[in-house]
Amino acid sequence: MMRTPRWISRHLAAVRALVFFTVLLGLLYPLAITGVAQLPGLRDNANGSLIEVDGKPVGSSLIGQSFTDADGSPVKKYFQSRPSASGYDPDATAAGNLGPESIEDTLGDPALDPNSADGDGSKQALLTQVCARSKAVGELEGVDGSRPYCTADGVGAVLRVFYTDGLSGKVTRAVSVNQACPATPFLPSYEGVAVECAKFGEDYRKGVLVPVRGSAPEQPAVPADAVTASGSSLDPHISVDYAELQAERVASARGVPVDKVTALIAEHTTGRALGFMGEPAVNVLELNLALDRIQ
Amino acid sequence: MSTTTAGVLFILSLIAALAVAYRYLGDYMFRVVAGERHHRVERGIYRVLGVDPDAEQSWGVYARSVLAFSLISILGLFAFLRLEDLIFKVPDFATPIGERVFPHLAWNTAVSFVTNTNWQAYSGEAAMTHFVQMAGLAVQNFVSAAVGIAVAVALVRGFARRRSEQLGNFWVDLTRIALRILLPLSVVAAVVLLVGGVVQNLTDGTTLSTLTGAQQHITGGPVASQEVIKELGTNGGGFYNVNSAHPFENPNAWTDWLEIFLLTVIPFSLPRVFGRMVKDNRQGYAILAVMAIIAVASVALTNVFELGHAGTVSQAVGAALEGKDIRFGVSNSATFAAATTLTSTGAVNSFHDSYTALGGMMPIVNMMLGEVAPGGVGSGLYGMLVIAVITVFVAGLMVGRTPEYLGKKIGAREIKFASMYFLITPALVLTGVAAAMATGHWQTQLNVGPHGFSEVVYAFTSAANNNGSAFAGITVNTPWWDTALGLAMLLGRFLPLIFVLGLAGSLARQAPTPASAGTLPTDKPLFIGMVVGVVVILVALTFLPALALGPLAEGL
Repeated sequence: MMRTPRWISRHLAAVRALVFFTVLLGLLYPLAITGVAQLPGLRDNANGSLIEVDGKPVGSSLIGQSFTDADGSPVKKYFQSRPSASGYDPDATAAGNLGPESIEDTLGDPALDPNSADGDGSKQALLTQVCARSKAVGELEGVDGSRPYCTADGVGAVLRVFYTDGLSGKVTRAVSVNQACPATPFLPSYEGVAVECAKFGEDYRKGVLVPVRGSAPEQPAVPADAVTASGSSLDPHISVDYAELQAERVASARGVPVDKVTALIAEHTTGRALGFMGEPAVNVLELNLALDRIQ
Repeated sequence: MSTTTAGVLFILSLIAALAVAYRYLGDYMFRVVAGERHHRVERGIYRVLGVDPDAEQSWGVYARSVLAFSLISILGLFAFLRLEDLIFKVPDFATPIGERVFPHLAWNTAVSFVTNTNWQAYSGEAAMTHFVQMAGLAVQNFVSAAVGIAVAVALVRGFARRRSEQLGNFWVDLTRIALRILLPLSVVAAVVLLVGGVVQNLTDGTTLSTLTGAQQHITGGPVASQEVIKELGTNGGGFYNVNSAHPFENPNAWTDWLEIFLLTVIPFSLPRVFGRMVKDNRQGYAILAVMAIIAVASVALTNVFELGHAGTVSQAVGAALEGKDIRFGVSNSATFAAATTLTSTGAVNSFHDSYTALGGMMPIVNMMLGEVAPGGVGSGLYGMLVIAVITVFVAGLMVGRTPEYLGKKIGAREIKFASMYFLITPALVLTGVAAAMATGHWQTQLNVGPHGFSEVVYAFTSAANNNGSAFAGITVNTPWWDTALGLAMLLGRFLPLIFVLGLAGSLARQAPTPASAGTLPTDKPLFIGMVVGVVVILVALTFLPALALGPLAEGL
């Protein structure tokens, strides 16, 4: 009888090893953990930390929600969550992924309908997203929504500056690239040259990108987490600052004293774990549910 | 307490926990891999596999066993991914498998998980059934980690043995590491994560009406069992698209701490195994010191850059908070980012693409260092030992003596293996980036300018170093990207691994040379400093031009 060649027996051992480890580590292990997970005490966690109201689940204490109406406008009696790249859809979690120098928008084609299925081809840079959110939150909460590097109309304050010698020399032209005509540029002139608004279809790439800081305060009234999207797109929390900013609006929408709302914020603020892990945070869903309960 | 103080305490507490684990987990792992006796259950397993546990293997046979097991794993996982809808179709996707897991994606994913990379060109909740996640992907999380540790142990045997052709038995190493190290630790840590709120069920989840009346689908899945081994085995493949940023994978600040601990604990404890096996614990401490110096510097720099929030958008926001969740905050996110790229994990709890220019450069640099501080499970130790070999060679050239390390002469054959090991990854990274830029495939990037180039550099650096994290804006689920990155992962894993085993074989064959006055002591600060220097200088020389066009151009 011939012996099985070495290389064949080696691969047969590999097949048997893969099958064995699949049964042990791919079936028995996860099933055993699932068994443990479904024991009382762990079961609620293992099934998604659901919160029920009148016997019906209304959310998970770990997963954020949008507190907006059908049109996407904030519901004023609820604390608002952070911006989210997925719209708080756990079936499509995603981050925005735009970088720290994403400051130049792609303008839409004025011949196309921005509300059509394909849109008008416009793309907002991260800076304009931040500026627009800041302006909107400022208006909603009745505070100054201005930020550094943002225009008053809520886009990134960014110029393309053209020089006589490419990167140096005298300024020959300056365009506010994120402000589509007929908008009024946020700066009337740059180094003596009148600033133009941006026209769709013009190629400004020969100009140098110059973000303009402007005179906005170092500490804007709208907190950082209100203008940035989270990594998970399901962030259940907002910062204590953002919660306190919203307290007055929520209180007046509900007709309850502000003190009562701020007391609830304090009650639903989790400090750092063991005093030093993570950051203090307010669980938005739990806070909103508590508000619903007192009314 | 200020954010900075809390962030520093977070790092110090991790260091303290890792220091405790070094001794105890290190000694335990040493007993597992060095033990002479086979457990009765394990004997049964060897019978099932049809292998003789007492037959030791030469480096060639050991390497061929690793390759056979990995080849079968890739083929098996590829088939599984293409057929996943046949059984236990939960969740039941609207899109059929043929339009969801394309052949190029299945190839990329199979290679990715078998090479311990866990690069993911798919979104977990949109493409994978629970069954393929737990019985396909998570199995490779265990065994690819075990393969890495086994090869590291084989290299250490090369240093420890004299006049021997044998490096141990791959099947025994694989079985023991999976069963006695990875599995028990996973069971314990999975239960702890469950307490923290990680989900673990086999259902399709719950669809509910939110407070404002919208529909929300709360997803289910066997997450905790996979989350643990994803970190512990320095794999990094998330159950969900947003990985460890997802509240169901990483619900709060202390599970975040635990996950960072899990992904660093084995790589940082393996130098202890090395020290015990070569019968000189100080050699283990020296390797640990090199790893720790680089790691602490990198974690600190990433924190400084992120908390400093330079750059136009971060300045407008007032913090580098885009792509980060509130419960972790900026500092702990930065620490996670550094830890996941210093090891070969690639799990993320925040999105590196939106980091500040220099903060986002740190993960790239960490991977470019070759992931040796502390590196992936096993691959970190063997990578660092190869660099130690190169260091004694460089030191030998300086004083004109034949270099030796642990009594073994580093001759022409040894330094050839070591050099080829070192050169393969930069070659893959730079060739891949050049190919993407030359062929127009870079155009799938999301960002423009230097940051878009950084996305391309990050992708190939991550694939060739078997990390798996990404500047995730770039779209990589195309035939070209899936194929190219699949090749980078495959060659970036198995060529170095063959060179390591070749080096091990030629070291084991030697009789030890007694130390002389000209021998460089390899357990002293001088040596530690030299190894750190070699790591940094080699990487700087290789990659500075690429970095200058990407993150440095953006950040300076």
